Amino acid sequence: MSELKQELKEKIIEQLNLEDVSVDEIANDDPLFGEGLGLDSIDALELIVMLDKDYGIRLADPKEGRKIFESIDTMAAYIAANRTN
Amino acid sequence: MSSPEYYIKSYCLIRDGKVSKNGEILFSDDSEEFPAFIKSAYKHFETDYSKFFKMDNLSKLAFMGAEVLLCENEEQNTALVLSNRASSLDTDRKHQAAISKESGAFASPAVFVYTLPNICMGEISIRHKLYSENSFFIFAEFNPYLLSDYANDLLISGKANEVLCGWVDYDKGKYDAFLYVIAKKGMLPHNTGELTKLYRTK
Amino acid sequence: MCKGVAITGMGAISAIGNNVQENYDALVSGKIGISRISKVDTVHKNDIMVGEIEMTNDQLKQELGIAKETAVSRTALLAMLAADEALKQAGINDINDCETGLISGTTVGGMDQSEKYYFEYLESDEHWGHINGLHAGDSTQKLADHLGLTESFVSTISTACSSAANAIMLGARMIKSGQLDRVVVGGTDSLCKFTINGFKTLMILSDTYNTPFDDERKGLNLGEAAAYLVLESDEIVKRDNKKVLGYVTGYGNANDAFHQTASSENGDGAVLAMEKALKVSGLNPSDIDYVNAHGTATPNNDLSEGRALLRMFGDQVPEFSSTKAFTGHTLAVAGGIEAVYSVLALQNNVIYPNLNFKTPMKEFNLLPQTTVKQKELRHVLSNSFGFGGNCSTLIFSKEAQ
Repeated sequence: MSELKQELKEKIIEQLNLEDVSVDEIANDDPLFGEGLGLDSIDALELIVMLDKDYGIRLADPKEGRKIFESIDTMAAYIAANRTN
Repeated sequence: MSSPEYYIKSYCLIRDGKVSKNGEILFSDDSEEFPAFIKSAYKHFETDYSKFFKMDNLSKLAFMGAEVLLCENEEQNTALVLSNRASSLDTDRKHQAAISKESGAFASPAVFVYTLPNICMGEISIRHKLYSENSFFIFAEFNPYLLSDYANDLLISGKANEVLCGWVDYDKGKYDAFLYVIAKKGMLPHNTGELTKLYRTK
Repeated sequence: MCKGVAITGMGAISAIGNNVQENYDALVSGKIGISRISKVDTVHKNDIMVGEIEMTNDQLKQELGIAKETAVSRTALLAMLAADEALKQAGINDINDCETGLISGTTVGGMDQSEKYYFEYLESDEHWGHINGLHAGDSTQKLADHLGLTESFVSTISTACSSAANAIMLGARMIKSGQLDRVVVGGTDSLCKFTINGFKTLMILSDTYNTPFDDERKGLNLGEAAAYLVLESDEIVKRDNKKVLGYVTGYGNANDAFHQTASSENGDGAVLAMEKALKVSGLNPSDIDYVNAHGTATPNNDLSEGRALLRMFGDQVPEFSSTKAFTGHTLAVAGGIEAVYSVLALQNNVIYPNLNFKTPMKEFNLLPQTTVKQKELRHVLSNSFGFGGNCSTLIFSKEAQ
């Protein structure tokens, strides 16, 4: 699980073009949206594409993303439970 | 139409590794690639706006030009009239490549939202809180005639107090921006001859 | 200075008809143009519904007298067909008999053909014509050539889904200021993978019929269309004793300054655009008899636009409807095709139904007009909002103001 969390942090920084943010600066329970990393709605869509592309998880409704992307912890748990590749 | 007195209040050129304002070079950098160049310009001007790094190349170029010109601008009713040759082709190609992969198409939302040239004006509007009129034109080359007619019309009809006009082109790693603000007071007369001269300044 | 901007001709092709009359008949008989996609081979074909024009490219070429093997994008072909109709209605035999311009909006340009041959360009020169036809200005230039506009003012506007509305606004201004005597304005866009994949990834496409202003709305249906108006100055109308279909009396554009693609929560840009248009026309909100809403049926647009309508009109919101349940969202053309619909509404004193509406939205008490309604109309307001926060409003009137 901690490997997956590390992997997610790296991917988020890389794919969402988070300038000057390093893996150690993201705590597992930091909120990703709003106050925390300050991600926006386009970032949320980008994460939905990432779920599909890298883990074979397809979300039909963007609203489902809200709970899943609360933090690295919630994201990793969801992926671990639902991944198909 | 009688020709009212409007002026070029300030202008900015971004090309060949340099950012200049009103003829004075504010920043130069020998990075060969645009992304590295524009990033160091961003740092040089101490811009604190993390969304900058999510923008596509065209938006970064237009954003920096507007940053230089609007940083001290108090005028909220500033309209935007921009133009270029390549539209959003640089980003269009990225999107096209992503959806054409034989191994499976995964379009990126963050890329797709920039596949329109006017998004760069949206970025400028968001940054400077401008709720003003926007238009974006595609021309084969810099066309001071339409831009000046459009700007004059906005000013005469009172739809805007100032107009940020210009040319922002990005294609295949080549970049060229010439932005200027038209206002009731300024340093140079607003006419097509003057605009052409400034645009052609090396 | 107070010059009128007369509309003397209109042309339109969309999923609900190949000309203006067919479009009108469909609107008043409730015939929708939304279906599964048949002309674009996309992996998403089972997940989406679209507003596709029935005619194939070969049929369009045949109709226009263009050789089958000529490289012309669907975007340009649709434009030619619609513009021809508009000029015909305006009774123009010699387009160069006065200072005539062309302003056309598009977002995809010749993408429909470029993407088709994407893998073949490197291997063969056969389809090279389509590479040259890719850029946004190409469809405008081909249309200008087709109309015989050789040394005239020709321009392309690309501001997403408000492109055609902005083309109409610029054209009206150029007539008012005397820079042009006549101008053909509107827009054209064809369906292509480029936009389908993009909108799909933004998760704003509905997998079924779009339902504007409904609480259960799931998103938009993409559509394709071309629509053009002929705008003429008072002098030309008088000189040629033209029949005037209506007038462009108001126009306004504002930026929402909120997000790359989403509309602000309370429709700030939309309110500003409507206010500006009313100011130009000299009308009050209470003078507006019908609003042809942008109403794309995305959760975000309809909420934001609904709130903007309430801010603008208070508790006196006039009858409003979105015609996108008929045509789908035709992107750059939306403001053009809806301009045609607005003028038809004025001519026939009819309000079109907002189809597929069942459940009012939770957030407010706004009910669109859901049936065809006869009503004396003097002024119609039409909204078009584009990505990049580009919000435009046009006002069409029976009489010049």
